[in-house]
This record gives sequence, C-alpha cells and structure tokens, in this order.
Amino acid sequence: MTAITGIDFEDRMATVEFRVGDRAHITVDGDTCRGCTTRECVTACPANLFVPTADGGILFNYEQCFECGTCYMVCNQEGAITWTYPDGGHGVVFRRS
Amino acid sequence: MPAPEWDVVVVGAGPAGASAALVLARAGRRVALVERGPFPGSKNMYGGVVYGRVLDDLVPRWWEQVPLQRWITRRQTMVLTAGQALNIDYRTDAWAREPYNGCTTFRPDFDGWLAGLAEEAGATLVCGTTVTGLRRDGAGRIDAVRTDRGDMGAGLVIACDGVNSFLAKEAGLHGGDDPDHVTLGVKEVLGFPRRVIDERFGVRGDDGVDIEILGCTGAVPGGGFVYTNAESVSVGVVLQLSALAASRLRPETFIADLKAHPALAPLVEGGDVKEYSAHLIPEGGYDHMPEIVGDRLLVAGDAAGLCLAAGIWLEGVNFAIGSGAAAGETAHEALAAGDTTARGLKGYRRRLSSSFVLKDHRKLRRAPHFVLSDRVQNHYPQLACDLVEQLFTVENPRPKKGGIAAARAALRHSDLRLREIARDAWTAMRTFT
Repeated sequence: MTAITGIDFEDRMATVEFRVGDRAHITVDGDTCRGCTTRECVTACPANLFVPTADGGILFNYEQCFECGTCYMVCNQEGAITWTYPDGGHGVVFRRS
Repeated sequence: MPAPEWDVVVVGAGPAGASAALVLARAGRRVALVERGPFPGSKNMYGGVVYGRVLDDLVPRWWEQVPLQRWITRRQTMVLTAGQALNIDYRTDAWAREPYNGCTTFRPDFDGWLAGLAEEAGATLVCGTTVTGLRRDGAGRIDAVRTDRGDMGAGLVIACDGVNSFLAKEAGLHGGDDPDHVTLGVKEVLGFPRRVIDERFGVRGDDGVDIEILGCTGAVPGGGFVYTNAESVSVGVVLQLSALAASRLRPETFIADLKAHPALAPLVEGGDVKEYSAHLIPEGGYDHMPEIVGDRLLVAGDAAGLCLAAGIWLEGVNFAIGSGAAAGETAHEALAAGDTTARGLKGYRRRLSSSFVLKDHRKLRRAPHFVLSDRVQNHYPQLACDLVEQLFTVENPRPKKGGIAAARAALRHSDLRLREIARDAWTAMRTFT
C-alpha cells in the first residue's frame, strides 16, 4: 500500500487524534457477515477498519473510526452493522479538517 | 404546564447549529447548543473553502475576525485525463480585499469561532454530549432531547446533526439511506513552509488558490480538489459512495492517484501528511432533500441535505449558515406566536425558498446527476483535452488545422456522438444558466 499512496496506512491513521471510549459505538454481527459475498465495507471504509477473517467473518475495530457513516450506508445486509455515535467527547478529534 | 428548561435545543455546533443559536440568543431566547465532540468542529471535515457573503448580515465585517488560512484570490477549474490537463485559472484583486469572496479555514477553528459568537450572544454551548434521540410527552409531542448525560427539556428542537441526521430519521422526515446520493470525501492536509506554497501556487501574503478538478477519479464518479492553507495544502477527492463500494478500490488510493498526476505532482510532492480525514456529503441536491419541518422540529445544514456539489460549485458551509439562521428566525417567531407545530413552523421552508439556499438548489437541481454522469466524468474531459491538444500542437510542415477540423479530429477520437453532445449542451444550459 505504501508504494501506491506514499504513506503506510498505520502512519496515515497516526496523523489523526482519537479519544477512544470504552463502549464500542459500532458493532458488527459476525454471523450475518459470514453470509455476505459482497463485503463492500472492507474496501470502502476510509479508516480500513473492516478486516476479513480466515473463517469467513469480519473483524471490526471501532477505535480509529471517523464516524462518517460509510459502512452502514454501503452495507446491504439487514442488521449486520449497529451504528451509533460514540459517547460525548469521545471518538475522532479533527484539528486541520 | 411548566416552561421547558430551554426554549430551543440546537443539536450540533457546526455552522448550521451555531448560526441558529446565534440568531436565537440575539432574540433573547434561552438556547442550548449541544455538541458531541469535545469542541465545535472536532467531528467536521470539508474540502476547505468558506464563501463568506452569507455572513455579511449575521457577523458584520466578519473578515476582520474569521480564523483565516488564506483568502481565495485564484480559482481554477481543471479537467484531467491520465496524461492531459486543461486548466481555467482566474485571478482577481477583488477577492483579495474587503468584502472578500471566500477563504480557506480549518473547521475546528471556523466552527469554534462561530459557536463562540453564539455564546457571546447568550447561547449555552454544551460540548462532549451526544444526543441519542427525541423524547416525547404523553401526547406524542417532542418535549426534550435525550443525551448520554441526561434529558434536556426543549420547547423546540433544531436538528443540525449532520449528514447522518439520526434525529431527522427518528422523526420520520428522512426517506432513508441512499448511497447513490451520498459521496465520500477523503482528504490529506500536507505540510509545507509558507514560502514553498507561495512559489508553487503563484501567490503572496494571505492570497490563496482553490483548484477544483474533474476527470480524476477513474471509474468512480466524483471530483478532486486542491486548496492552499497558510502552511499546508489540502488535497482530496469526493467519490460517489455506491460506485466506490462497487469498485472495490480503497478511497485513499484516489488521493494518491491525484497527487501523482503529472499536472499536480509538482504542486503537492514532498509534503508530509499532517492529517487524514473523511466525511460523507449529501449530494442528492434539491430532488433528494428530506422533509425539513416537523412538529416542534426544524432540520438545517447537511442534515437537511443542503449541499451544492455541482461541478464548478462546491459549497456547503454557506448553505448551513443560511439555513441555520433561517431556522433560528423561524423558531423565534413560532415561539412568540405560541404555535410550534409543523403548521406554525412552515415559514421556514418559505424563508429558504425566497433565499439563495433553496433558490440555488432548485436552479441546480439537475446538476448532481449531470456532473456525475459518465459523459461529464470521462468523455468530455477527454474531448476537451484532445480539442485543445489539436489546436495547440504545431505540426509543421503541415499547415494548421483550424477550429472545425480540430474539433472533428477530437470527436473522431471520442466515443461521443454529435447528437449526445447537443443534448448535453442543452442540459448544461438548462442546468447552469
């Protein structure tokens, strides 16, 4: 990925401040995802938070989320993604956006 | 019945919410401005330019206090193919002096400034508080917002809660999520010394450049932008969400492609990424707006789908301010008249209809569909670049072609038919004039 974008994805995300809350504000239902063949969330999420697992599921990490809404908008599996905003004061904190 | 804790609770301290709160506070209303981020603007991201004319009435001489990065004094519209670039570059002194046209500014700075004005006027800014829903009384009427720190009683709620507007959805005003009419914006802010930006972009002092780009997003309909800040350059793309998802391409690779284009690489190479960000943009235009008035509820800004992403115009903050202020005025009048039902609030729509907010959206209602069409995205950039290349390539000893022959040659190279071009020219005329 570095060769294409000029910056490692981890370094890219390290430029953004996150005040990570204890509560996962987005949850993903692994069973529903196992039956999904399109998995549009995996490539579309700008923070690259959806990772396919070897057993056909999806691993999701809420900690570096932009709270943009892309994942639930592109998801075509009813009920696969439960999406809320983080608790007040938590989550992404943009500085130069 | 006891008076509610607040006359009005405004949800979201972006430019729409801050403008609504400012108007209400000045009118003497008890207004709370609730923000889920630790400070206003911390959740917000945009391309980078605020057009200030809408502020003239709200904040006289706003240009003396706006948290400026640079004044936009040069505006470029660029059309790209893989190896070609056609650029229209306009510069004027008029945008470099009062009353100015637009400026780059960072949203945490700008939104914080505007919310600060609302506070000075008497509004109460409540940060770090996430609104989780609307509370209703026994008669089914909204009487409070629910937050993660307790309920806040409200005579009326103004939802300025952004593109995802869960409040408008909960109230049944929103038709549902539609990734065909939403774009994803992703952006990198690249750090450079001021002198390097001045030299590369041909500007001095606080002057800056705004470049809007068509034909740079390959198979996914969208566009790109490059904006100069004081000591950084914002580079980003907007991508139609459903097409992005179907493409299986990652959003940040589109920024990489844009930065690598031979016409842009010399402007942006060598900068460190200072911040990467992403946000959704409501791009459906007039025909895909939600309902914006409910009983005891008004919707403004991105939540109301008020964003103009129409090719040569990319605007949103100005519509947020215009709609937020109109919502504040409407709320004040409805409270004074004692009727906060949808009927009592219907002046909001009327206000917007008679202002630039809905006039611009109505006039440009065909623009989003047209600008994101395959022909405008891919075929016309190619045709335009080929035509200019035909005109300006010197082929001595062959004599010059002349305009019509050059156009014929460019057309031969393109898949477009004259009939299609004529139809699109008609659409463009109806859309943009």
